[in-house]
Amino acid sequence: MRRWVWIIVGIALVVWGLRNAAANLEARGLTIGFEFLTQPANFAIGDTGWLKFAPDDTMGRAIIVGLLNTARVAALGCLFALIVGFVVGISRLSANPTLTGLTRAYVEILRSTPLLLLLLFLSALLHGLPTADHALSPLPGVFLSDRGLYLPSLTELPRHTRFGFVGGTELSPELAALLMALVLHQSAHISEVVRGAILAVPKGQTEAAHALGLSRLQTLRFVIVPQALRAMVPLLAQNCVSLIKNSSLAVAIGFPDVVSVLNTIGNQTGHNVETMLIMVVVYLSASLTVAYAMGRYNARITA
Amino acid sequence: MKKFLLLILAAGCANTGAAPPGGSTLKAVRARGTVKCGITAGTGFATPDDAGQWHGFDVDFCRAVAVALFNDPSKAVFLPYTQQQRFSGILSGEVDILANGTTVTSSRALQRPFHFGPIYLYDGQGFMVPKASKVTNAKGLDGATVCVQQGTTTELNLADFARKNKVTFRPVVIEDMRAAVAALAAGRCDALTQDFAGLATTRSMLQHPNDYVVLPDFISKEPIAPVVRAGDDQWLEIVNWVFRAPVEAEELGINQANVEQFQTTTTDPEIRRFLGLDPGAITGDGLDPQWTAHVIARVGNYADIFDRDLGPKTPLGMDRGVNKLWNAGGLLYSPPFR
Repeated sequence: MRRWVWIIVGIALVVWGLRNAAANLEARGLTIGFEFLTQPANFAIGDTGWLKFAPDDTMGRAIIVGLLNTARVAALGCLFALIVGFVVGISRLSANPTLTGLTRAYVEILRSTPLLLLLLFLSALLHGLPTADHALSPLPGVFLSDRGLYLPSLTELPRHTRFGFVGGTELSPELAALLMALVLHQSAHISEVVRGAILAVPKGQTEAAHALGLSRLQTLRFVIVPQALRAMVPLLAQNCVSLIKNSSLAVAIGFPDVVSVLNTIGNQTGHNVETMLIMVVVYLSASLTVAYAMGRYNARITA
Repeated sequence: MKKFLLLILAAGCANTGAAPPGGSTLKAVRARGTVKCGITAGTGFATPDDAGQWHGFDVDFCRAVAVALFNDPSKAVFLPYTQQQRFSGILSGEVDILANGTTVTSSRALQRPFHFGPIYLYDGQGFMVPKASKVTNAKGLDGATVCVQQGTTTELNLADFARKNKVTFRPVVIEDMRAAVAALAAGRCDALTQDFAGLATTRSMLQHPNDYVVLPDFISKEPIAPVVRAGDDQWLEIVNWVFRAPVEAEELGINQANVEQFQTTTTDPEIRRFLGLDPGAITGDGLDPQWTAHVIARVGNYADIFDRDLGPKTPLGMDRGVNKLWNAGGLLYSPPFR
């Protein structure tokens, strides 16, 4: 009964808030509408990933390009953060004092560095790479410079032009800095989750495994990690969600993620409320999707 | 995010000391005792000194409004915004005037609930490149990576120029101008695009200003005007005439140094009307009967302001260009004060 009262109060508050906001927006002459999505964007996007985008394409398409850029960062970032986090977390429990010392320093330094600072630092570091004219080319068709990393694609080799490179597959310095910062930052957090979960497995399990003649690695692989996984999955999901949300710092270094594109659109059209609503929907669905997927996985391993 | 919170806060809890939408801004300003100006920090346009006092071209024009109302330059309060947040600042009532280099455009004027005052700077968009690149005009930048600040008309002009001239640019869109400048200095971008006045500011921020050149091409028109909320004609007119006063004063030959002398000795009917010596012409709601004289004495005429903040003797070293009086071949033309 009590629960229902709270639910009704909650709904009433939300309705009141929305009505109040709508009334005040109207008083300021602002109206809500999404027609702008079909209008031409009139701006260019630097890093468009797999999609093509020209200024005469619609704003809706610009948002999709930004969305795919965010998805690219989220998928690669989560994957690498999990891998690095696992390796660091497990290394920290090793018997080798050099390894534990190094991993401890890694975790402590990265956890106490603000992510934005790390991002700006890495961005500045990548700007320090040789210029396009003096690009490092360890293999034919591979160029590393302050314009990014250019690799041969299936159909063509990158070519050096007057300004940088064209063709091939590229990793822009902005994307590289963003990915590196997110992976470094989040993997430090993930490694602690991994370490904590492993330590939470009762010591008797290790002793029993050793008594059975399993090696350290085998004990970890077949006895400890499967049990630790149950405890860590919800926290790993939480870390992936954090990484996705943190990726919106991209705007600070000029990577066109969905927030950057929506900011530009909001500023050029004045539809700030709508673009913010889209942002809410994007991040909410990303978080819920990750939570759902991890929930399913957790149910499977705990069943 | 900040912008959204601002909007929602403003929308959710209106009437918190901010000027109410549709209400009288003048009344709110009088009750508060200060004029709130939205600005964007940048050398020459708005910079705080070591005492926390703001100086610059935008600051001076906004300060003139406070002088016209209170005969006291300290009654202007300045709130710095990024180009991203500026419109929320004026729409939410957090500031009374936005004077931060906003370009007048039809879509802004027709579709958004605010009005533009008089154009107080005629600018245009250009490019700055490292001298070593040997690029001499904008079309020579075909294929180049161009750094651009987010949330400005420059982002759109860049795309338009590329389409019109069948060249391609690769934009790197950065929110904070300082980060964009750092990217240019580091060689991440082949060029930086901005309004010419902005480029002068940026160039003065670089460690080796002489290693960079501004290309001669103007790729857009950027008329700069103050922004006020729609639905308050009285406030719009006050801003209109205060922003015109320095221009008219320059045309009449009145400046900061000689205005007092004019006040005591002049017999010229035009000047007597302008200075409020013969009452009637400059009388208005809430304005001091001699507000024009106060503005010129405390802030200066257009030439005083331009020379002090942007002119050849400043780090920006800007030329008046088209920002000369109409009768000297420029575009500045004030309607008569009568």
